[in-house]
Amino acid sequence: MYSKNVKSTCEKISRSTSNLQYSYKRHIKEKVIELLLFLAAFFSILITFSIVFMLVKESFAFFQQVSIWEFLTDTQWTPLFNDAHYGILPLISGTLVSSTVALLVALPLGTTIAIYLSEFASYTVREITKPFLELLGGIPTIVYGYFALLFVTPLLQIIFPDLPGFSLLSAGLVMGIMIIPYVSSMTEDAMRSVPMHLREGSYAMGATRFQTAIRVVMPAAFSGIAAAYILGISRAVGETMVVAIAAGMQPNLTWNPMEQAATITAYIVQVSLGDLPHGSIGYQTIFAAGLTLLLITLIFNILGHLLRKRYRQAY
Amino acid sequence: MNEEKKLEELRVVIARHRRWDLIFLIAGVLALMIALLTFMALFTQMLIDGMPRLSWDFFTSFPSRRPESAGILSAWVGTTLVMLVTAISAVPLGIAAGVYLEEYAPKNLFTELIEINVTNLAGVPSIIYGLLALGLFVYQLGLGQSILAAGLTLALLILPIVIVATREAIRTIPIVIREGSYALGATKWETVADHLLPYSAPGILTGVIIGLARAIGETAPIITIGALTFIAFLPPSPIKNEFPFISFEWLAAPFTVMPIQMFNWVSRPEEEFQSNAAAAGLILVVMTLAMNALAIYLRYRMRKKIKW
Amino acid sequence: MVKNSLVESEASGISLDQYKSIVKNLSFYYGNFNALKNIDMVLHEKQVTALIGPSGCGKSTFLRCFNRMHDLYPGNRYEGDIVLYPDNENILSPYVDPIEVRMRISMVFQKPNPFPKSIYENVAYGLRVRGIKKRAMLDEKVEDALRNAALWGEVKDRLNDLAFNLSGGQQQRLCIARALATDPEILLFDEPTSALDPIATASIEELIADLKNKVTILIVTHNMQQAARVSDYTAYMYLGRLIEFDITDTIFIKPKNKETEDYITGRFG
Repeated sequence: MYSKNVKSTCEKISRSTSNLQYSYKRHIKEKVIELLLFLAAFFSILITFSIVFMLVKESFAFFQQVSIWEFLTDTQWTPLFNDAHYGILPLISGTLVSSTVALLVALPLGTTIAIYLSEFASYTVREITKPFLELLGGIPTIVYGYFALLFVTPLLQIIFPDLPGFSLLSAGLVMGIMIIPYVSSMTEDAMRSVPMHLREGSYAMGATRFQTAIRVVMPAAFSGIAAAYILGISRAVGETMVVAIAAGMQPNLTWNPMEQAATITAYIVQVSLGDLPHGSIGYQTIFAAGLTLLLITLIFNILGHLLRKRYRQAY
Repeated sequence: MNEEKKLEELRVVIARHRRWDLIFLIAGVLALMIALLTFMALFTQMLIDGMPRLSWDFFTSFPSRRPESAGILSAWVGTTLVMLVTAISAVPLGIAAGVYLEEYAPKNLFTELIEINVTNLAGVPSIIYGLLALGLFVYQLGLGQSILAAGLTLALLILPIVIVATREAIRTIPIVIREGSYALGATKWETVADHLLPYSAPGILTGVIIGLARAIGETAPIITIGALTFIAFLPPSPIKNEFPFISFEWLAAPFTVMPIQMFNWVSRPEEEFQSNAAAAGLILVVMTLAMNALAIYLRYRMRKKIKW
Repeated sequence: MVKNSLVESEASGISLDQYKSIVKNLSFYYGNFNALKNIDMVLHEKQVTALIGPSGCGKSTFLRCFNRMHDLYPGNRYEGDIVLYPDNENILSPYVDPIEVRMRISMVFQKPNPFPKSIYENVAYGLRVRGIKKRAMLDEKVEDALRNAALWGEVKDRLNDLAFNLSGGQQQRLCIARALATDPEILLFDEPTSALDPIATASIEELIADLKNKVTILIVTHNMQQAARVSDYTAYMYLGRLIEFDITDTIFIKPKNKETEDYITGRFG
């Protein structure tokens, strides 16, 4: 009855001019702003593209002169000598050994700190410790390099008298300490985001805090913890100044942390310190080395992404 | 009898679990102590080595072949100017990108691509940015080993930090604030400019400070672009006596920065230079710690002040 | 007298100036979900219309059609018309600017949502969006709005204080003042008292009664007593349909529809 009335009313009303039309001036301004903001966001894609383009372009020029087979299998890296060899293996071994030492320090300690802060520590302890760890993470890496060379190496030489002045061990240890804050803060964040009711379920069964942390919280936070570890690995692999200062710059195909050896990053620093003409093969080697480094970090990132995807928890 | 025995066994198990709890508690505290003690050792070592060199002259002298008269004048001036370029280029760009991703971007594959890309950029080793800058800024664009090239390099490096901080800060603003603004007839940009940006300013500022603190200590990318390590002069002054009073010549000037100066001294064999390195390191650490502490304090105050 | 207008209009044919808005065959979709189904209704000028119904019945969704809030999120779709008078324009038409609509139809939300700005700037914001910059004009409008929202006496000495420092009830009245400052033609209330204590609720209800003769009001409420107390007309909605719409007294005393009666008498919902 009522709605019928309404309908007939509407039909009786004639159309008048509108006051509600689109204000084109306003909407053009809005669109222009949106476009500018989009360009800013798009810029990040441009950065990635430029990185890949630059590395691939110079590496391509490099691989015109050096075969990929030689690059991957030669056991010597002496691009700046008269008898030039272009085998990346020594640099990779240096990178892997120093990173392994660092991760052997950072992952267990970082995880222990994270479990302690997330599951054991009181509110006050956590509130004081977290900013402090964050501060540690903000110290410039060059300062850690100085510390490794002039404090940790002499200290280690007391225990191992044979340790040379530059060593992968010393650089790796300091790098490990340096990475602890990243690992612990991300791991802790992941563990804290596990909802309380899961913990309560475990406590209600009579589990202790340690059991709850290991058997309930950590598996539930797995994807976040994996992300933290992957970040730690990328940091270690890409870290430059500590190894450049404390591990030496001599390429050395070794798996022994007690020796000195150059990493990929240290080699790039060494070349950059000298004066290599743009376009020479020496100049191109650092881009080939950089591309290798980028690929290694990319592999770890993809691995982390897959792990996270596979174990993503929905609460 | 049997019941009692069961209870007895349970008590043993509980005691064992308790022991593990305690052991882990001690392990946690120890791990923290290791991190803490390392920092103390680092700081003390630098303090002992560097303190004697810290004087007014150290700040007002150029680097020199004689360690006792060398100073960091060109280094701290260089750091200041490079940071200026970095902040001016990275902050607006990062905030704009963050606003776009958080408020404007449609939910589609392309947006997701940008998001993944920003996350990945944050994980790219800093030396890779140095290689990009070497190829792009130094040679392709012909900027040379200038303050401008270094500033832009570090800007690219901290861009993801600024973007992520902006997004997180904007995300904490509740949806009802946006709706309140739209309901009064505000456009999207008005809502962003009048509400979202002002309310997220402390959060964004925190991210910017953390980013700049990171940039101040970055050494590897600056070395990679081939910045000279021995600079005994200052870049041209940005202020001129005659019209138009402002000059941008300094942007093209060669330079050195604090961490480069420190690296230069660390790699010298003479022990006296190591003291200079320690002194420079001390200043660098105090600077970055102060900036990070400021950021942490800002965040803490913000959390206390605004509870949505 | 006022309450008989519906009856009168039915008797004497419809006189247009009594309607602020006519809703014709309105449907609304969140993606594929059909949230409103073929709604026909009117808003009487300078009267209070209440929307009641069990939660999830679409009453808030309906309210938010009036200022095109649904445009903010992707995947939402309107069908049908909401015609606004005296313009005689369908505000759901794609040729209509939602921003213009929101400038003329204000809204007060469920939870008080003042901006973290000063009390003054909160009220002045709608005016600033319209480009009003003159301080004297702003001062006058802000004072008027705060007086109309019965808040002036409490805040006139601290207009520059942060709005967050007000109590919940005061914050909600501030939001009402903010909505009133721009002289809206329709004021939408989305369960405005659900987050408030009983005393603050009473003051808001009193305010709505005062505002009635100044502005057309549409209010969503989960509280039937509130609908009975403040409104002239009431619409009962259920599962996205308008079940019954009539003068409030009729709805509450002798509803025509069985479902409405069950809901009103508490046998359901």
